[in-house]
Amino acid sequence: MANARKLRILVAKPGLDGHDRGARVVARAFRDAGFEVVYTGCHQTPEQIVSTAIQEDVDLIGLSILSGAHRYSFPRVIELLKENNAEDISVIGGGIFPMEDIPRLKEAGIKEIFEPGAKLGEIIEWVGTNISPRMDADESGSARVSG
Amino acid sequence: MDIIQQIVSGDVRTIARILRDIDDELPSSRSVLQRLYPHTGKAHVIGFTGSPGVGKSTLVDQIAGFYRKESKTVGILAVDPTSPFTGGAILGDRIRMQRHFLDPGVFIRSLATRGQFGGLSKSTNDMVNVLDAAGKDVILVETVGVGQDEVEIANSAHTTVLVTIPGMGDDIQAIKAGIMEIGNIFVVNKADREGSRKTVRELMNLIEINSRRRNGDDWEPQIVETEAMKGRGIDKLYETIEKHRTFLQATGSEKWREVVEKRTKIQLMGALRDEAFKAVLERIEARGDSIDELVRRIVDRELDPYTAVEQIVDKGLR
Repeated sequence: MANARKLRILVAKPGLDGHDRGARVVARAFRDAGFEVVYTGCHQTPEQIVSTAIQEDVDLIGLSILSGAHRYSFPRVIELLKENNAEDISVIGGGIFPMEDIPRLKEAGIKEIFEPGAKLGEIIEWVGTNISPRMDADESGSARVSG
Repeated sequence: MDIIQQIVSGDVRTIARILRDIDDELPSSRSVLQRLYPHTGKAHVIGFTGSPGVGKSTLVDQIAGFYRKESKTVGILAVDPTSPFTGGAILGDRIRMQRHFLDPGVFIRSLATRGQFGGLSKSTNDMVNVLDAAGKDVILVETVGVGQDEVEIANSAHTTVLVTIPGMGDDIQAIKAGIMEIGNIFVVNKADREGSRKTVRELMNLIEINSRRRNGDDWEPQIVETEAMKGRGIDKLYETIEKHRTFLQATGSEKWREVVEKRTKIQLMGALRDEAFKAVLERIEARGDSIDELVRRIVDRELDPYTAVEQIVDKGLR
């Protein structure tokens, strides 16, 4: 009589800006959608984010950034996940990005980018459609079937 | 490598994943717990409890720092509440623990209560066992912000630290039954605030009143004043926690064993209750009866709840 797997999401803010209103609103929307949200606050290094994601066994990392440091920190998170054999954890981003950066970030492995004006319902729906909780640990080392 | 070996050797990914499987009650996690159990029993489990906002996370962060200075490895389980409406949760205890994120000697896991009362999640004790088997010397368990009656932590931890702050109510609060009775150590955090001395005096009175229940060789609860944000008083708290451990483990003393047996018994009874309940429910369903149907009959006064339970237990256990 197992409970249904619950989706776990890490919401983190890399870089030096201290504006976490957006991150908090999204975290709360995830909560209201029935997800378990690990919230770590501002000023996280990519190393801290990836270490947290692994210890907390999350399915998804949501990065929020307003400072412009996404060109470094977003690809770095992806890189570190790979180094730790944890590339089955998906990454999305939210914040303010120059238009030409978005294709680059997606190329680097960020699954989706949400810009200002994105509706909360849109983000939740995207997560519901694209992210599912991983499979049983005992069956295989990295068993999630990712789309 | 076998999953048990991976856990025992401290493989972070494997540990993180089995904790999730336990939380989600996957049947496969049971067999892992069974095989891990022989590796448990070495860690010192320290519980931190108290009302929301008294500074539990910050104290846990600080105490973890002290154990790391002694080269002890630390596991942290921090519980936050699940929304009763959506089942979702925001787990924010890590915000205060950032400096340990890159220390391989510290493993932090945030968990949600998932509808369990008592201050912990249903999975907490099993998760403690996993971290214990993984070789953590010290396991710090932080409860949700509690009120008056969430005393489960005292059944999980060897040492229970009850955190309060100045001005949390008049002195009658301190003599009520419940949570004020379970502290081995009382912390008055935010001790720079007005009224700290008064709170300490009230706690001293409480300990004095309860002393009539204690035997001569029982532990006398200690009071420590701290300012966790500034790191003040943490050395004293660390010493007091270690004093309690040494007291329990003193040579020739049966105290440690008493505590462990009490914890084990309560955990065994809890697990038995869950399993028996589950078995009864499964048999009811297998027979084609339904709880909802019983409820309907009880509401219509065709049946009373007492007879219903008698019948269920009678049939369910056969």
